[in-house]
Amino acid sequence: MAKLTETKHREPLFHVVKRDDMPEWKAWLIRVITILVGFLFVGILSMAVTQKSLGDTYSIMFTGVFGRLLEGSTTMLWKYLQEIVILLCLALALTPAFKMKFWNCGAEGQALMGGLASIFCMIQFGEKLPYITLIIVIAITSILAGAIWGVIPAIFKALFNTNETLFTLMMNYIATQIIAYYVYIEGGGSNVINPVPFGNFPVVGNNDYFVNIAIVAVITVFMFIYLKYSKQGYEISVVGESQNTARYIGINVKKVIIRTMLISGALCGVTGMLLVAGKDHTINTNLVGGQGFTAILMSWLGQFNPFIMVLMTAIVVFLRLGVAKVADTSLLNSSFSEIIVGIVILMLVACEFFIHYSIKFRHNKKEVKA
Amino acid sequence: MIIQFICRAILLGVPLLYGSVGEIVTEKSGHLNLGIPGIMYVGAISGVVGSFLYENACGNDIAAMNAFLAIIIPFLCAIAGATVMGLIYSFLTVTLHANQNVTGLALTTLGIGLGNFLGASLINITESEMPSIALTKTSSFFSAKLPFADDLGWFGELFLSHDFLTYLAIVIAFVVSFTLNRTRVGLNLRSVGENPATADAAGINVVKYRYLATCIGSAIAGLGGLQYVMSYASGVWSNNAFGDRGWMAIALVIFALWKPSAAIVGSFLFGALCNANNYIQGLGTETQELFKMLPYIVTIIVLIITSMRKKREHQPPQSLGLNYFREER
Repeated sequence: MAKLTETKHREPLFHVVKRDDMPEWKAWLIRVITILVGFLFVGILSMAVTQKSLGDTYSIMFTGVFGRLLEGSTTMLWKYLQEIVILLCLALALTPAFKMKFWNCGAEGQALMGGLASIFCMIQFGEKLPYITLIIVIAITSILAGAIWGVIPAIFKALFNTNETLFTLMMNYIATQIIAYYVYIEGGGSNVINPVPFGNFPVVGNNDYFVNIAIVAVITVFMFIYLKYSKQGYEISVVGESQNTARYIGINVKKVIIRTMLISGALCGVTGMLLVAGKDHTINTNLVGGQGFTAILMSWLGQFNPFIMVLMTAIVVFLRLGVAKVADTSLLNSSFSEIIVGIVILMLVACEFFIHYSIKFRHNKKEVKA
Repeated sequence: MIIQFICRAILLGVPLLYGSVGEIVTEKSGHLNLGIPGIMYVGAISGVVGSFLYENACGNDIAAMNAFLAIIIPFLCAIAGATVMGLIYSFLTVTLHANQNVTGLALTTLGIGLGNFLGASLINITESEMPSIALTKTSSFFSAKLPFADDLGWFGELFLSHDFLTYLAIVIAFVVSFTLNRTRVGLNLRSVGENPATADAAGINVVKYRYLATCIGSAIAGLGGLQYVMSYASGVWSNNAFGDRGWMAIALVIFALWKPSAAIVGSFLFGALCNANNYIQGLGTETQELFKMLPYIVTIIVLIITSMRKKREHQPPQSLGLNYFREER
């Protein structure tokens, strides 16, 4: 009994306090340090697995991403930018939905449907329509396909509050099966559709990917302005903060949910179009390759700010390509880069704790006095 | 034919059952763990690594292998691997108050990466020509049947012919169901998931309950991965073969309305739906692809119906997905 009362009086060693007062530069210092620690960790882990020196590991990563950039060859740099803009476009597409606290896990499926619409138009109308008309038709159908795939869960969320995380997730697999069906029909029994020569995005200055990069750059700026300065962007953030507040000030919550998911799905559809018409010129079930899920993390790490998202996607794609190269040169499986990306993202998620909370230790002096 | 179909459905359903029961335990504490697909991957590959090491230690000779060790080593490895993943998740979400969806998705990326990386490394070590690793000896211990099952005709095949992990899954589901609804621990756990502030005021250690529920749930889900490799795939691991079963397990939680006993029926039904395309006569390959949508469409329909009916006992734990911070009001 005496023991019990003794423990009652003991203060815990430390306790956690919430804080909102950390200056922006300090928060960014913590994030940058985390990223640097992450890179160091990546290097050391790769070193341990591949038995190469730390310097070699980083130089392999650099060549894996930028190729012979220092000698003037920009081919790999453009590929790197291309990989960034695809992931970035998906992350941008998800951002308005997340800001509204609508967990759109269906970027994968929405992009697949956009891609399906593109390839369908390329095959069906490729020879019949003039080039400009064809591109416009492709753009409209892709955007519509993505928007429809995104708005179905949103309608049910708005009407019945159906769980959107799982609904959008299931829509991914339905989209995958539709693609599998289409590829089987169009590929004539083989599981491959040969690259379609019609309706491809134009090559600008010897560069296949310039159009993709330009489109996503425009979307980035548009999304920044839309979220920060437009009335609709404001409505999204109010609905995200509190649906009751939104209703009180006269925002039609259902309309906002449906409209936002139309935009989110449409941009995912655009990504599908970029992948099909701008990059692969064909389609398979692995078109998006799980990037829909990485994009969720990118959108969250970017704190709903499109320009921070550019930075985050650049880092993650650098890690993915760089570590894949390291794994490749040492005959390791390319999944090694998935592990690395997972670990670095978890580190970034964990570092937010030190930005939003502080740890207060017990004052030992007091105890001595008592 | 019909018996065979049901048996196959049960075999396919068991990994989903493990996954969904694990997720139910976690969700009852108020944590939506989207890391379950990754955790099941890690459970599977941990079991594979464990049995690979044991098979090699015995010189790849089935006669030298002890049946008990051949089962218990992968079993414990799977539990350990999955629990470590659960610990990472609970450390980030409970202690560091990180966003649950983001943490879960990152954990899934990590887990699938780990599974494929270790799998590929093992394939490299064995220098096999196939892109897979076969642990058929260990699998033969796992899928040992009751000796008299074959003598009892259709009854034996339907009820007694399964591997022990299938029975274990059903037992676990009932034990979890009983614990949640009939014991003090279960009551405390449910109150933590419904309203952690009230539970805290009543003297329940919220942090401890959330940690334990997440880790135990992860361990159960990890066994699902093990069952998939050892029983369904007869000990053959190939990368990405596990597929999207983890996501279906999470969907099954809603299908079962957070009731472990309903998850038993649900998982076998899902198993049947996943398999229906192989048993309907006269389907072309292309129509089969369309039929593979069935489980997902059914999940969506169930999601919609449960959200439309809005029955009080059919709702998720009230604070599901919300972290608890004592000083926040």
